[in-house]
Amino acid sequence: MDKLAMGGYGVYVWSCFGLTLAIVIVNEWRARHRHRIELRDIEVRIKAMEARQ
Amino acid sequence: MWTFFHKLASPPHFYRLAKTLIPWFAVPGYLLLVYGTYAGLFLAPPDYQQGDAFRIIYVHVPAAYLSMMAYMILAVAGGIGLIWRMKLAHAVAASAAPIGASFTFLALATGSIWGRPMWGTWWEWTDPRLMSELILLFLYFGYMALRGAIDDTAKADKASAVLALVGAVNVPIIHFSVEWWSSLHQGPTLVREGGPAMDTAMLYPLLAMIFGFTFVFGAMLLRRIRTEVLHRERRTRWVKDLVLAD
Repeated sequence: MDKLAMGGYGVYVWSCFGLTLAIVIVNEWRARHRHRIELRDIEVRIKAMEARQ
Repeated sequence: MWTFFHKLASPPHFYRLAKTLIPWFAVPGYLLLVYGTYAGLFLAPPDYQQGDAFRIIYVHVPAAYLSMMAYMILAVAGGIGLIWRMKLAHAVAASAAPIGASFTFLALATGSIWGRPMWGTWWEWTDPRLMSELILLFLYFGYMALRGAIDDTAKADKASAVLALVGAVNVPIIHFSVEWWSSLHQGPTLVREGGPAMDTAMLYPLLAMIFGFTFVFGAMLLRRIRTEVLHRERRTRWVKDLVLAD
């Protein structure tokens, strides 16, 4: 427990590491999400074009 | 040699190659980050001046370094795109911007949180290191806003590449700001004359974090470039075949 208090700097240290984790997760998620959206958009467009023909 | 470059720049080839490369960046990257975080938080001894607050260095320095490296990728790729009219280079630049912006924000935020107990202030408007890093964040925002405002991809590529190149002058200013002007910010610890001013028990976790973040950044960048390539090539035969094959 003592170790987690970081000699009284716990709030500062843990908030920095927590924020870093959040930024990494958001970056990974955004990159994957955008890729899925792009693939879906292209598929929708192709299907719409084929339906018109 | 030239055939190698031409093949590399071919969108369908790069799209497949990037998919193969992503785990080679992500796996060692995250392993290094897990080791670096654990060692940085629990194994490295506390600093004799800053106590345990110094552990913020393990996320702050990699974030700050990535903020500048991503901007250099933006500027160099933009330049290559302008000079050799290489579309893939523009896709690389456009993909690097949002990741770079997020790490610039992280560098500013962790620096601010570190500044509170060490300097007694969250922020100092007259400090050259803080201001030049803040300008870097605005350059990223400007770059993304400019791209978003121009519908024509080719025009957006050119205009944003010029902005990226002009803004690149800020990167050495950030790096040398603590030497050129008086700053609250401490001087360089790693890249300095006489080698790193750090005990190895503190240094190794930091190096692990820097390399770990670099690899993870590479994986994120490759992932975003794939999406960007797909979007730019959305009307081509290979993309149509690829989407319908799934």
